[in-house]
Amino acid sequence: MSTVEHTSESDGVLAGIGPAMRRFPDQSPHWFLLLAMMLSALVMMDFTTWLVLTLSGAAMGAMLFLMASGMTLTFGLMNVLNLAHGAFISLGAYAGATVLLFWMNDQANASSIWLNLASVVPALLFALLVASVIGWVFEKLVIKPVYGDHLKQILVTVGGSIILMQLIEVVWGSNEIAVPRPEAFSGAVVVGGIALEKYRLLAVILGLLVYGLMTWIIERTRVGILIRAGVEDREMVEVQGYRVHLLFLGVFIAGSALAGLGGAMWAMYEELITAHMGDELMISVVVVIILGGLGSVKGCFFGAILVGLINLYVGFLEPRLAAVATVGLMVAVLMWRPQGLIPVIRV
Amino acid sequence: MLSNLLSGDYPRSRTLMAILAIIMGVLAFGPFLFPGVRAFSMMGMICVFIILVASYDLMLGYTHIVSFAHTMFFGIGAYGVAMATDAWGKGFDSVLLGAAGALLVTVMLALLLGLLSLRVKAIFFALVTLAVAFAFLSLVTQLYPITGGEDGMRVLVPRELGPAFRPLDDSLTGFSLPDAVAVLVGQSAWQDVFFDVRINGRTLMYYVAFGSSVLAFLFLLRVVNSPFGKVLQAIRENEFRAQALGYNTVLYRTAVVVMSALLACLAGVLFALINRYVNPENTLAFDLMVFILLMCVMGGMGTMYGSVIGVTLFLLAQNYLQDLLKLLVEQLPPDSALAHLVGPERWLLWFGLLFVLSVYFFPSGVVGQLRVWAARSHQMPSTLEAVELDEPKTQSQ
Repeated sequence: MSTVEHTSESDGVLAGIGPAMRRFPDQSPHWFLLLAMMLSALVMMDFTTWLVLTLSGAAMGAMLFLMASGMTLTFGLMNVLNLAHGAFISLGAYAGATVLLFWMNDQANASSIWLNLASVVPALLFALLVASVIGWVFEKLVIKPVYGDHLKQILVTVGGSIILMQLIEVVWGSNEIAVPRPEAFSGAVVVGGIALEKYRLLAVILGLLVYGLMTWIIERTRVGILIRAGVEDREMVEVQGYRVHLLFLGVFIAGSALAGLGGAMWAMYEELITAHMGDELMISVVVVIILGGLGSVKGCFFGAILVGLINLYVGFLEPRLAAVATVGLMVAVLMWRPQGLIPVIRV
Repeated sequence: MLSNLLSGDYPRSRTLMAILAIIMGVLAFGPFLFPGVRAFSMMGMICVFIILVASYDLMLGYTHIVSFAHTMFFGIGAYGVAMATDAWGKGFDSVLLGAAGALLVTVMLALLLGLLSLRVKAIFFALVTLAVAFAFLSLVTQLYPITGGEDGMRVLVPRELGPAFRPLDDSLTGFSLPDAVAVLVGQSAWQDVFFDVRINGRTLMYYVAFGSSVLAFLFLLRVVNSPFGKVLQAIRENEFRAQALGYNTVLYRTAVVVMSALLACLAGVLFALINRYVNPENTLAFDLMVFILLMCVMGGMGTMYGSVIGVTLFLLAQNYLQDLLKLLVEQLPPDSALAHLVGPERWLLWFGLLFVLSVYFFPSGVVGQLRVWAARSHQMPSTLEAVELDEPKTQSQ
């Protein structure tokens, strides 16, 4: 009697699991894709390699998120497609490198973690500052006249990107610059027999922090409500007495600042920077924001992790195909969900 | 006759007509007007790029499709010929086979991209093509055994198109334009003005490129002035309305992408033959894509003539602006901030600035502006109106 009941009960649970499994890809496509990718990679390599690659991929994803979130923010909230975003990434990298190489060189070379921190934190902050100031000027001069016109935005920001990169070369010279990573952040910590690079851990923490902060501001604060309302119905918010243009300016500055921060992080990760690094990174950034769904911060986060992971997994299995695999992932996702994983906007 | 050739789409400005006639004349008699190698190779590039930019204008100017994959198709054409001659040796058969293969690959890839663009919103298309073009570039760079990677490939052209081929025993006489100018300012003697022109395979190759360029341009002029072209312009102005009128806009957009890609591939084939060396830098790089965009926009989007003007302006700037800046720098105190800003390697900075300003103040480029001036000076309000109606109106999406 009890056995019969037991079976029917477990049948019920199982019967519930089946449809739930089938619904899972459509209801949370981001988790589905992430798990599917991690599991299939696990099948193809041994566990330790897999773990190291996964953590490195997550770190790369976190840095990509820093760079891409700004672009998806300006697109989602202001409907501005800023193709000069890559130039801001380069700008941040050079600004950070300036602090590390010239202004705080002693602290960066010291072997104390506190002194190292005293060089890395100012470097990141300076990158933020420079990118926001230039972002402010850029919005005033280049973007403001073309609100609401995508074609002109693309043209003008491509032109602006050329100007910015050329100016970077004017200021810092056109040769590549080596950026040494401070000692406290190079090397690895060993946890349970697995070496984890310290810098990657830092990147993951920073990425999670920024993600949490952005979500909180947009979803929970008054400014966030105003921004979202301004996107929905600009006139209505203006009627209430708020200056929507200032809000949008703030969003654009925040977007540029994030690009600068990401660029500075990337500079210390790669330890070599050129003015054109932004162009190369733009491709990953574009894939990330398309994957996630233009304008979605959450989608951008998952997109960045996915791109980071597939880059390292495929880079390990067949290095030459890493870039192709990234774009292949994007095309596959677009075929499945044309709006991206977590769409938020109506274009 | 002229009306038929130009499909009734006249330049509609005397200045523009004059400039076009000069460009056409110089290109047609190019090898007999400029003795130097540099001018000769630049004229070849102008012919190739007119096809490339005019076909891009079909997408960007006439349909408002922003694609960043145009260099990908250009590269496919160039690499198709390079790989075919590498595998099967020099000869017209391997060039033709390579070109045919490249065109086939182009059609398939363009259809795939078109198919993808059906699935996504218009604004996505720009980003998707950007990513796809980059993946292609990275693939070509990485596959060293097939494509030569960063080193690129030499292209073996058929003997009839190479420098060793001499169809005429006698050399012809050329009239050197630069030297003629030098005589006029009293720097040179008249006998220097005439020079010997040896007709060889490279000259023939130049005329092949020139002829293809003229044909492709007239073909595109025909296309944009046909009912098909009018539908494209309707899509540009208001896609929703074009749909409501019963046009299958998706079909038209895909057709435009494919047609434009095919012409870009053809330009790539000519590029490989005339340049005789292909690498990712000169056929596929993102910089090149941006240059095409600049040429198209500065000449005038949505005016086929704009591509001719844009290409000529840009390539002249690329080749000679640096010399000009070098002269300028020598007048400035060395190593000053200003000298860094106007250094010869900074020509792109000034060009970028010019580009942004032209998007704001002359959205229809050089050609559009010339047309507006022409209409104004003739005091023809109806023409002015027609010109203004004709220019692409950018709309919010």
